Amino acid sequence: MPTPKDFNTINKQTWCPGCGNFGTETALKGALAELGLNPEKVVFVFDIGCCGNGNNWYRGYVFHSLHGRSIPAAEGIKMANNAEHVIVIGGDGGLYAEGGNHFVHAVRRNIDITCIVSDNQIYGLTTGQASPTSDLGLKTKTSPEGVVEARLQPLSLTLAISEDTSFVARGFAGDAPHLQKIIVEAIKHKGFSLVDVLQPCVTFNYLNTYDWLRKRVYKLEDDKNYNPENKMLALEKSFEWPIGPNGEGKIPLGIFYKKDKKSFEDHFPQIQSVPLYKQEVKVPSLAASFKEFY
Amino acid sequence: MAKTTKAAKIINKLSWKMGGPAGEGIMSAGMIFAKCATRGGLNTYNYIEYPSLIKGGHNTYQVQVGADEVFFVSNKINLLVALDKETIDRHSQELNPGGGIIYDGEKINLDAKDYPQIKLYSVPLEAMALERKNRLLKNTIALGANLALLDYDLEILLSMISDIFKRKGEAIVKMNTDAARAGYDYIKNNFKADFGFKLEKMSNQPKMVISGNEAIACGMQAAGCKFFPAYPMTPATSILHFLKAKERDYNMVVVQTEDEISALAMAIGANYAGVRSATATSGGGFSLMVEHLGLSGITETPVVVVNSQRPGPATGLPTWTEQADLRFLIHAAQGEFSRIILAPGDANEAFYLTAEAFNLAEKYQIPVIVLSDKLLSESYESTDEFDLSKVKIERGEILSDADLASNQNYLRYKITASGISPRSLPGQANGISDTNSDEHDEYGFSTEESEMRIKMMNKRFSKMEAIRKEIIEPKIYGDKKAKITLIGWGSTKKPILESLKLFKEKGIVVRFLHFTYLWPLPEKQIKKILTEKGKTFILENNHDGQLAALIKEITGLEPDHQILKYDGRPFWPEEIVERVRKFI
Repeated sequence: MPTPKDFNTINKQTWCPGCGNFGTETALKGALAELGLNPEKVVFVFDIGCCGNGNNWYRGYVFHSLHGRSIPAAEGIKMANNAEHVIVIGGDGGLYAEGGNHFVHAVRRNIDITCIVSDNQIYGLTTGQASPTSDLGLKTKTSPEGVVEARLQPLSLTLAISEDTSFVARGFAGDAPHLQKIIVEAIKHKGFSLVDVLQPCVTFNYLNTYDWLRKRVYKLEDDKNYNPENKMLALEKSFEWPIGPNGEGKIPLGIFYKKDKKSFEDHFPQIQSVPLYKQEVKVPSLAASFKEFY
Repeated sequence: MAKTTKAAKIINKLSWKMGGPAGEGIMSAGMIFAKCATRGGLNTYNYIEYPSLIKGGHNTYQVQVGADEVFFVSNKINLLVALDKETIDRHSQELNPGGGIIYDGEKINLDAKDYPQIKLYSVPLEAMALERKNRLLKNTIALGANLALLDYDLEILLSMISDIFKRKGEAIVKMNTDAARAGYDYIKNNFKADFGFKLEKMSNQPKMVISGNEAIACGMQAAGCKFFPAYPMTPATSILHFLKAKERDYNMVVVQTEDEISALAMAIGANYAGVRSATATSGGGFSLMVEHLGLSGITETPVVVVNSQRPGPATGLPTWTEQADLRFLIHAAQGEFSRIILAPGDANEAFYLTAEAFNLAEKYQIPVIVLSDKLLSESYESTDEFDLSKVKIERGEILSDADLASNQNYLRYKITASGISPRSLPGQANGISDTNSDEHDEYGFSTEESEMRIKMMNKRFSKMEAIRKEIIEPKIYGDKKAKITLIGWGSTKKPILESLKLFKEKGIVVRFLHFTYLWPLPEKQIKKILTEKGKTFILENNHDGQLAALIKEITGLEPDHQILKYDGRPFWPEEIVERVRKFI
């Protein structure tokens, strides 16, 4: 059985001490070991940013793509090899800003990839600018008077894009065991899965700290009546977020919504028995094409 | 050669044009006419002009028919099929004396006095179509009338109609057959057989009628390309359409993406995972792909990209032709990395070079660009069926499970003499790696160390040595000893080859040097020609003389004259002769 350590490389992380990325790393590697996956059965597609530097600290098939473009790279990999587990790791800047278009359409496709968003509500590697998920009023180098653009609610966005896509969850890097449970379910889920991870940035985000988050988070599953198959309830919960100058309000964690649905690659009979990359490359007869030209 | 009968008819040498409003089926009618000719063993070249809109506007479909190989259309025509008055107003002056117009005299009033030396053939196309309760039949009626005028075998048209419409049912086949026959009979019954041009079946094996884009798509199918993500953009879109329609025949997965950025990202992802994959776009879409071209470069992931050029910048002239992306593609993306640019000049080259692009991409683990343009992509030519035995598949160095089992310390970016490091594929045990857009060490881990940076840059560029040995020198056409040399690349091949016939008729001895490999630029042949005695002319569909400038940059030499055209139209063979003659 693989252990979390099997997913470690020889390199030492260069994240700031206390960075939320450590919690996410623990949870993700723990989830992969729990699922019994060997490193060669996983492709990690990293975006660009602090979390994206994880290409040096995750052992497996690693593809470190461009800023905002990890999702389409992952989609190409998945279509080529649908036997492989494809996991995207990117930040709120990469996946919700620069790559927002790809995010929207991956959700529509319901392609079977797992997106783990290291959502620290700020740009870290570029030394502290506002992100799409920054709270209103957050003062950063690009918002010295405080952010004036409305916060993007990634879970609400995902739920709103398509009527039943497909796995939407939020975890907290300060609670790795809980996050690990969510990630296990996300990877097991056939279809697109989003795990938005609240990840404090200890260097540049003075507002959304471990303490701030701990005081506000609660688990959806603690309410025995919460039904993750109820779409409208999930949507309602996804809007729950602290507002006002003191951030009054709560933050739900857990699996908001989950629905079994045919995933994108299952629409292609071409790849149902043998993944594309295993199909022999040889010159075929072109009779089916040439007949068009007479 | 065309021969002349007693009645002085010109046989099997025809310049034909059909015109009308967009959305009236001109494209399919023109194609049917061309295929009627090729099914009878004749050769054709088909050139299409259309505006960037769906309904209205003005479309033309021009077909050059010949007994021998025809390379291009003429700027003069012999028969004009006009579905509206605008067609006559715009194109009647292109008619040679003795030419004819087929039109609907009940809809269009023409005074024969205004068209001296032109024969007018009025056929009540619309009335005959409405009689059959289907307005669309007027194109079929016009085609029947055409064949009657040209005294060509109607059965060929009827068999085409049957092939095209049989999936719609017997009733539709019969309706179209009757309409074609009615058009044919109308001409035979109402006009003397006095039209000066005639088509006759020949015993040649019928050729294919194929566009550059279709040839490119077939090249992908032949090469075992299994994944094609793309975003529609004129004039590359028909590659996407063709591949999608046939995807299950070839176990290919074709995906319409949200934009061109994702198209190239997905293609790179699939190649990384071991699947031959390509995408296609025009310059605007390629602009969006640029960053990913660099990703392919630094991660050493093979990929094939087709760029079918149209006049820019920005939206430019969406449905017209230009060759102005060459310098852009040579330098596209930040940083420096190895790449190959191929520019086929006709359907045949489009097929073989596209197939070869996958070999080059995989052998050298680099991006390979196939450079087309509207003229090549969307013009149809008759050509022999491609010879699949000439297509080779060379996948480069991909390690097997056994190779990896004996190598416990696999290094994705191992420094080698050739610069090429064998690849592993996701899923393979012992092949774990880091395919990294950051500068990296041999394993793939990010590094910022000076020494490793230099090693990796040199490794990636050392591939160019082998590539330079493999690239193909430009080919010489015409009289190899001629003192006048025309130089061109890509799609200008066809009009230039046709112009060679005209030069010959005028007793001017000319040769033509045609580049298909543009980057790295093959230097030997061009250096030789530019240092020999004689006059050299470079012809390009752009404003800057981009290949001329490239040749000068690489060789220090330049052609004597630049003949440039950038109005979205191709060179006409007659125009080439006229512009070159000014300098000789």
